Amino acid sequence: MDDIWAGLLAAFRLIVTLDDDLVEITLRSLQVSLTALVVASVIALPFGTWLAIRRFRFRRATIATLNALMGLPPVVVGLIVYLLLSRSGPFGVMGLLFTPTAMIVAQVIIITPLIASLTHQAMRELWAEYHDLLISLNTTPAQRVMTLIWDGRRALLTGALAGFGRAIGEVGAIMIVGGNIDNATRVLTTAIALETGKGDFALALGLGFVLIALALLVNFAIHALSRTEREGTW
Amino acid sequence: MRALIALVLSFFGTVVAADTMRLAVTTSFHNSGLSDVLLPAVKEDTGLDVQLLVVGTGQALRLGQAGDVDAILVHSKAAEEAFVAEGYGTHRREIMYNDFVLIGPASDPADIKDATTASEALQKIAEAQVAFVSRGDDSGTHRKERALWEDASLDPEQFTEWYNAVGAGMGASLNTASGLDAYILSDRASWLKFANKGGLAMLFAGDPEMFNQYGYLPVNPERHPHVRTDAAQKLEDWLTSSAGQSVIDGYQINGEKLFTFNAVP
Repeated sequence: MDDIWAGLLAAFRLIVTLDDDLVEITLRSLQVSLTALVVASVIALPFGTWLAIRRFRFRRATIATLNALMGLPPVVVGLIVYLLLSRSGPFGVMGLLFTPTAMIVAQVIIITPLIASLTHQAMRELWAEYHDLLISLNTTPAQRVMTLIWDGRRALLTGALAGFGRAIGEVGAIMIVGGNIDNATRVLTTAIALETGKGDFALALGLGFVLIALALLVNFAIHALSRTEREGTW
Repeated sequence: MRALIALVLSFFGTVVAADTMRLAVTTSFHNSGLSDVLLPAVKEDTGLDVQLLVVGTGQALRLGQAGDVDAILVHSKAAEEAFVAEGYGTHRREIMYNDFVLIGPASDPADIKDATTASEALQKIAEAQVAFVSRGDDSGTHRKERALWEDASLDPEQFTEWYNAVGAGMGASLNTASGLDAYILSDRASWLKFANKGGLAMLFAGDPEMFNQYGYLPVNPERHPHVRTDAAQKLEDWLTSSAGQSVIDGYQINGEKLFTFNAVP
């Protein structure tokens, strides 16, 4: 119990003094995970919606695969991205290993199936409602996808936030592809792993509380920006 | 939404400074805290920005083989010599050494305090069958531990459940040992810096067998033309200079000197 109090105290001290290192790694955590979220959403939202409206031969298998990929182990993703981006790997010439870009790539792979799968679930219901209308208006598939995404945006927000949650709290993959380099690729989760390794539980826990606070802040900010959960707009 | 995208895109422009190099080092070197004083000194004297990848010796060697770092600083002589012999590194330069120590519960149930050699201490632990935590991650420390068991004519493969190979870094292994009240082999620096000592104490040290030599190996540009040979050379020159010597020899924790500079200029 003492350790937890010490952790709370450490978190409080870090935030009040606006510790330089803390600000830097917090911003980098946000940079990596928000970028990964945007890229993953750009891929996953249209793809998940398209899956809901389109009937094709391997649809069931595709959806089952997508659902299974939600449980991708981050360490494995990290290892595969590492081998691809390594200087001895196929994309080695780009020199991306141990950069924030490599971390973004890994996180996009981890969260895209999650967002696509949640999108598909939400859109399937909506499509049942919109089906007759959109068919009778003779819309193109692209128009149908856009309409569904726009009208289902509140459900999609939940999917996107779930993806963000998985990205910001993830450590296995970014530790491998980012390398936890001080001032270059260190983020909150890898810093927590490092401090735990040093036996400095108070600082590790302090950083953990900062991470939780950050996740809360981002969720509130996005809800405020998109005006959900307000009176009159259910 | 558009503003959000613009914000996110602006993050992409991560600038890489001109004079940076990547150095893979072992967890034990980094946990000692020496890098925290060494790197700023390097930066000040040479302008070189050294990015550290803190991994086990096994992984450091792999990173060097793949050309993902420009040089490595590790401590496992046999593996380092093989690294150079196979053409992955240009040469091996000895920089400094520290030493390993045996940590255990302060009550010392295996009675290793009075042992005269490391072999004797390990034999006592095996005889008493008290909990022992091994790194088990093929790191330099783990290789050293296996070599010491071999010197004591014992084979960890034959040990029963008292021998715990945790497959983790030095700090994480010390955390485990602290939780189990177990014996463990650690480098002196990591132990002194370790904050979660619990009921553990340093019980045995000083056998020359337990000295721990660090070697510096630049990655061979013939295999990996993109490596920053000039920067790696600059760092080597600094590490073996008198400026490097004064920082390495002058580094202390709680008044104890940790590293001994032994590079041949």
